[in-house]
Amino acid sequence: MSIRGLADELRSLLGEERVITDRQQLRTYECDGLAQYKVIPALVVLAESTEQIATVVRACAEAGVPFVARGSGTGLSGGALPHADGVLIVTSRMRRILEVDVASQRAVVEPGVINLHLTEAASPEGYYYAPDPSSQQVCSIGGNLAENSGGAHCLKYGFTVNHVTGAEWVTPTGEVVEIGGKAPDSPGYDLLGVLVGSEGTLGIATKVTVRVVRAPEAVKTLLAAFRHIEEAGAAVSSVIGAGVVPAAIEMMDALAIEAAEAAVQCNYPAGAAAVLIVELDGPSAEVDDQFDQVQRICEENNSFEIRVADDDTERAMFWKGRKSAFAAVGRISPDYIVQDGVVPRTMLPEVLHRISELSEDSGVRVANVFHAGDGNLHPLVLFNDAVEGQSDLAEEISGAILDLCIEYGGSITGEHGVGSDKAKFMPRMFTDDDLDTMQMVRCAFDPDTISNPGKIFPTPRLCGERPGRRQGAHPLAEAGLAEIF
Amino acid sequence: MGDAVLDQLRAATADHAHAAADSDAVDGVPARWVAAPADTDQTAAVMKVAATNDLAVVPRGAGTKLTWGNPPSRLDVLLDTGRLDRIVEHAAGDMIVIAEAGCRLDTLQASLRDASQRLALDPSGHGGIGGTIASAATGPSRLSYGAVRDLLIGLTMVRADGVVANSGGKVVKNVAGYDLAKLLTGSYGTLGIITRAVFRLHPLPAASSVVTIPASSPAEVHDLVQKLIHSQLTPAGVELDLPTPDDGTLGVLLEGTPNGVEGRTARTLELLGARATSSATPPPWWGREPFDNGDVALKITHEIGQLPSLLSAIDAASRATHQAVQVRGSVAVGTLLAGVHTDADLDIDAVARLVDALRHDAASYGGSVVVLDAPPAVKARLDVWGPVRGLEMMRSIKHQFDPQRRLAPGRFVGGI
Repeated sequence: MSIRGLADELRSLLGEERVITDRQQLRTYECDGLAQYKVIPALVVLAESTEQIATVVRACAEAGVPFVARGSGTGLSGGALPHADGVLIVTSRMRRILEVDVASQRAVVEPGVINLHLTEAASPEGYYYAPDPSSQQVCSIGGNLAENSGGAHCLKYGFTVNHVTGAEWVTPTGEVVEIGGKAPDSPGYDLLGVLVGSEGTLGIATKVTVRVVRAPEAVKTLLAAFRHIEEAGAAVSSVIGAGVVPAAIEMMDALAIEAAEAAVQCNYPAGAAAVLIVELDGPSAEVDDQFDQVQRICEENNSFEIRVADDDTERAMFWKGRKSAFAAVGRISPDYIVQDGVVPRTMLPEVLHRISELSEDSGVRVANVFHAGDGNLHPLVLFNDAVEGQSDLAEEISGAILDLCIEYGGSITGEHGVGSDKAKFMPRMFTDDDLDTMQMVRCAFDPDTISNPGKIFPTPRLCGERPGRRQGAHPLAEAGLAEIF
Repeated sequence: MGDAVLDQLRAATADHAHAAADSDAVDGVPARWVAAPADTDQTAAVMKVAATNDLAVVPRGAGTKLTWGNPPSRLDVLLDTGRLDRIVEHAAGDMIVIAEAGCRLDTLQASLRDASQRLALDPSGHGGIGGTIASAATGPSRLSYGAVRDLLIGLTMVRADGVVANSGGKVVKNVAGYDLAKLLTGSYGTLGIITRAVFRLHPLPAASSVVTIPASSPAEVHDLVQKLIHSQLTPAGVELDLPTPDDGTLGVLLEGTPNGVEGRTARTLELLGARATSSATPPPWWGREPFDNGDVALKITHEIGQLPSLLSAIDAASRATHQAVQVRGSVAVGTLLAGVHTDADLDIDAVARLVDALRHDAASYGGSVVVLDAPPAVKARLDVWGPVRGLEMMRSIKHQFDPQRRLAPGRFVGGI
């Protein structure tokens, strides 16, 4: 079936207003948060229910047309980059928080619900949703699930995958399946474990059950400034080595601070080569004990100024500089690449040194912002696209940083995902056999590779013989011993 | 053919293969050979021998959960991971450890203790790493540190065709590629042979204490659990022990700094009321399974807020079938274990009715009932896994990973 035929079919099934084919309107969806990749989708569907998504996916499956799911479009790896001959299924209208069940410490939401809105809905009961990507004011829970999003506080509280306990799922063949729920450990394979973080390649979540977490009794935040970045790195290692598990430890280097100052006037201590933001939360007495310890460690590592947030307003000021850092580099450079790599935490000083060498040798400036507690680097590679050759050089440095991450035993992505951007780096981290094995899961769910094709894997696997789908009931199901949902 | 296969298995394992003895049977199903590879490469070689000769393989570590699930429908090679017992790397500064599948959990913990660290998993018994992952074993600390899948950050496995595959890595934060480690967690040996695992570690707490209070009725237990979870006392574990319907105890583990634990112990005592008492160490039942070898062992999950419905359902089913049920588990997580002691008078029909009754009421507590272990006659009488959501997706995965059904065939859900 042609795309035009598919558009007509979807209009009749879903209604005129939910299907976009106008070229100008389609352009709105040509990229996600990674704007250097742009593809105009053949058509866009603004879905409002599970049934509608299942209808679209079934129509795509029958027509052999690829589909891509998109939440708020804030992803930073091109995971929601549309397919030129495919359907973009937008979930941002599915914004209902269906239930906040504090007695069971769970919430059930539609995929388009904004991350922060869930925390706002749970907060009157003293609860919140723990994964907090910097984009939490705009990013969606469905997108978080697809990318297994992290955030500054995942050092202590874990990632999206540690907080999703159930999902209603539309498979790439258009079947609706319930997986997990409010209770843990449903019998069988841990499907959620592999679906969360599958970047839209195994189908679409249409409802998500997540843990909500009791707000801590106390939160204390400090900002420590250092003259040398190595001292800040040493302080991080000492804090962790002392047996403290902070809610967050974030680091910014001089260039990142300069950018943040220019953008949001966060007023960090002047002359700092690096600042650390350390946040502790939990029971008051523990937080007090460990906070003193962290302050001592910062002093021992020659921090020249330590500020302690006295209230939520001051805490917000500390975080403002950090959370705005990506956008802020726009103030000091016309163009930049946001990189996302991970190294073992103890390798941070050495890797930072290697990055500075890369920067000096190439003349390409690199600002460093990172989740220091778990070794997750976000180097910002600065360049001017108007100057010939700079863009390519920046790409090269950005790639070289990922090679460093692999060399030191780390990962090519800690939280932004592989998406369109890093598929080519996957063979540097994994063997062909590793990738082949991962793609066996893909073949199990999506043998025709229509669910977000071209993402994660550099080369698709031929799925070969198909499993015996719908070839009569299984004996156990027939005997009433097992049910198929 | 037998001698030829044994020769191949010996060649694959540098002579560590032999004909199986009676004691190598898995849940009553005799094996033909035992192969004990020393590393991932030898494991791959064993799996290639199995592929060439179409042999069914069941991995065995410490053997503490070998009878869990269904008996295998076919068994040729018992793959003994006892020689895969190295702690490959403990990067204390990075708080990760890499260990082989046959390494015992308690051996690993003892070694980590020198660095004041631990793997925050505390399932019952003396199992190994591989079995802990393959059975997704759960313990009290899960409340604050997460389950096996949450602490497992990397995995090496050998596929049914002998191909070695890795996923994850040795850093905690990592979203590159599908997370096969989670898929293998709780897969009962049906997708691949786990040879090596990478775990995230936690610091040993400087201090701990336990507060206990008698609590038996569903309403009473529920009330206490709700008070605890909505408090800001951050218990590391909340466990219920209910050996008989009117002799229950709720235990609360507190961990942290000495000063903090002292204060929170006092506050927990105050929160729970006059009958609560504290002690420095957990009661003897803490973290132990409420069943012995040969008993009927159930795992029952529930929504935390529906605990009273579950406890009432257990009580009702127990009375209706005249089966005494011992209950113990992590009531603030939603995982309970239950045991029905078996003796010469085992009433198979009554056990089956008990399980049916609990499953019938499952909607009221939002969970599932799995028969982890039971005498063969009981397993033959009922569906040990019960209803499974997403079974077709699971079948598709199995079909991709093991189309010839050579890995622990028949042991898992839906006959997988």
